[in-house]
Amino acid sequence: MTHTVQQTAAEAFRSRPLTPLQRVQRVLHRHPAISPLVVLIGAVIVFALINDRFLQPANLSLILQQVSIIGALAVGQTLIVLTAGIDLSVGAIMIFVAMVMGTLAGEAGVPGVLAFLVGMVVGALAGLLNGVLVSVWKLPPFIVTLGTLGIFTALALLMSGGRAIRGDQLGGFLTWTSTTFAVGPFQLTVGVVLVLVLYAVGAYALSQTAWGRHVYAVGDDPAAARLAGIRTTRVLLSVYITAGVIFALSAWVLIGRVGAATTNSAVDANLDSITAVVIGGTSLFGGRGGLIGTLIGALIVGVFRNGLALARVDVLWQTLAIGVLIIAAVSLDQWIRRAGAQR
Amino acid sequence: MSMTQQESARMREQQRPVLSARGLVKTYGAVVAIDGVDLDLYAGEVLAVIGDNGAGKSTLIKCLTGAEVPDVGTIRVDGNEVRFRRPQDAQEVGIETVYQQLSLAPALDIASNVFLGRERRRPGILGSVFRMLDHAGMRKEAAEKVDSLGIRTLQDITQVVETLSGGQRQAVAVARATAFGSRVVVLDEPTAALGVRETSQVLDVIRELKARGLGVILISHNMPNVFEVADRIQIQRLGRRAGVITPESHTPAEAVAIMTGAVTVDDEEETGDEA
Repeated sequence: MTHTVQQTAAEAFRSRPLTPLQRVQRVLHRHPAISPLVVLIGAVIVFALINDRFLQPANLSLILQQVSIIGALAVGQTLIVLTAGIDLSVGAIMIFVAMVMGTLAGEAGVPGVLAFLVGMVVGALAGLLNGVLVSVWKLPPFIVTLGTLGIFTALALLMSGGRAIRGDQLGGFLTWTSTTFAVGPFQLTVGVVLVLVLYAVGAYALSQTAWGRHVYAVGDDPAAARLAGIRTTRVLLSVYITAGVIFALSAWVLIGRVGAATTNSAVDANLDSITAVVIGGTSLFGGRGGLIGTLIGALIVGVFRNGLALARVDVLWQTLAIGVLIIAAVSLDQWIRRAGAQR
Repeated sequence: MSMTQQESARMREQQRPVLSARGLVKTYGAVVAIDGVDLDLYAGEVLAVIGDNGAGKSTLIKCLTGAEVPDVGTIRVDGNEVRFRRPQDAQEVGIETVYQQLSLAPALDIASNVFLGRERRRPGILGSVFRMLDHAGMRKEAAEKVDSLGIRTLQDITQVVETLSGGQRQAVAVARATAFGSRVVVLDEPTAALGVRETSQVLDVIRELKARGLGVILISHNMPNVFEVADRIQIQRLGRRAGVITPESHTPAEAVAIMTGAVTVDDEEETGDEA
């Protein structure tokens, strides 16, 4: 494919040797998951040096369980952010679905499997609502999901009256996600495995299927995607519905983790899921990033919170550290994107 | 030259146009972009559409390729009336387009862009059940298509499109359209960002498409290019068809005169075949 034609001056300039910094920028541009990975490894090393309990299997297992809910939500959030959208209602949908499942199983006496299936449908419908407002009515995703955040939060409270439904009322199926089993020295839960499966399936769909290419293309430049023959409205709808189903699965993980269906858990989940996505290197402008980065991003948040807690740092300092991380991640994203413009 | 003109005139009498439009109107609020435009394109010919800025060239081809839905008017493909609601509808009947603003996804690589919207899946269960893309096959074919355009600075088919120059991006868009067009290829300013050498390669591609029996619509400001490859030239002026000429019947200067309204041409004489 290389043509041995003599170079023009401009071509010579283009093929000039790059400075080391430009090389780094180029590599990060191609593989956006590398920078969060470096941060994660660095954080693990630092926290391991500060406290030798940090690297113990029991603690690492705990971190996985702690990030499972945010990690699950962040799968759906990543899909939406890749389309240049944002979803502020992820946590509200999850809690609403958890209350639907809990109320049906715990109070109406519906079998757990059926309550779960109804919850999945409710999650899909919640996603459909966001999707129709964004893709058909063409409203900004930020505003749409700010509205549905309020709607689903209120519906969850109205339905439950603020009461929690205890795990022993829910039956075995809905709390199955809390079941622990040992893998070597690690204690995993069914919920953690479910979340890891979500990442594997999602990463496969994004990188290996036509649907995944279309999600990136729509987020990158919706007008160009349409001209290329992609049904952009349909792709957006499918993304929001898929995300809704993922949020419903997150509700299942949540019920297992909390041991109850309650509106008082995971109240910070909306913003934390966005944090994981952004730290993971997915661009808020759409079309760039992916689930491997998000998984690393979620782990970074978990490692920071856990490591700082083990180091007996005040919880407010943890929040501050996460805030600094977000700004650093977005700044890095901007710098990397400039590599694209240069050549 | 007059021989070819007679031949093509005879061919046109025998043939039905592969793509024809009657009375197309498209308005954007108070702005009338095209105002009752007709167009006929025959298989195996290059029809150039020229006109000043705002003459409605781009709107016309957007209506013909499904990017815009005309307010009024009919479009026929091989004599059958069609209604294009989206670009995909036009692609399905074999009409491919290189848009002026290039419909490429900047963050995807060249191969993904060439196959964007019609990705190929792996054979067997991987493709049917797991819907896995045939990355290797698409890369190989995309490389062949792009290579055949002879764009020398494109080396890596997995290069991300946003790292390409304007001319290289245009080459990718042209490669995509020519790879999939089976009836009609529409090129809106395909050589605008290209150098002399690349331009002549695109003109070669246009001749090759013509030789394969496809209809080609070429929108261009470049009069020498238009007069070099076009069989017929449709001149748009103020949202209407000012006339259809041939490179043999008129000089570039006369074409410009018609374009600017200094001279008018008897439209019926050239295109009265549908009457």
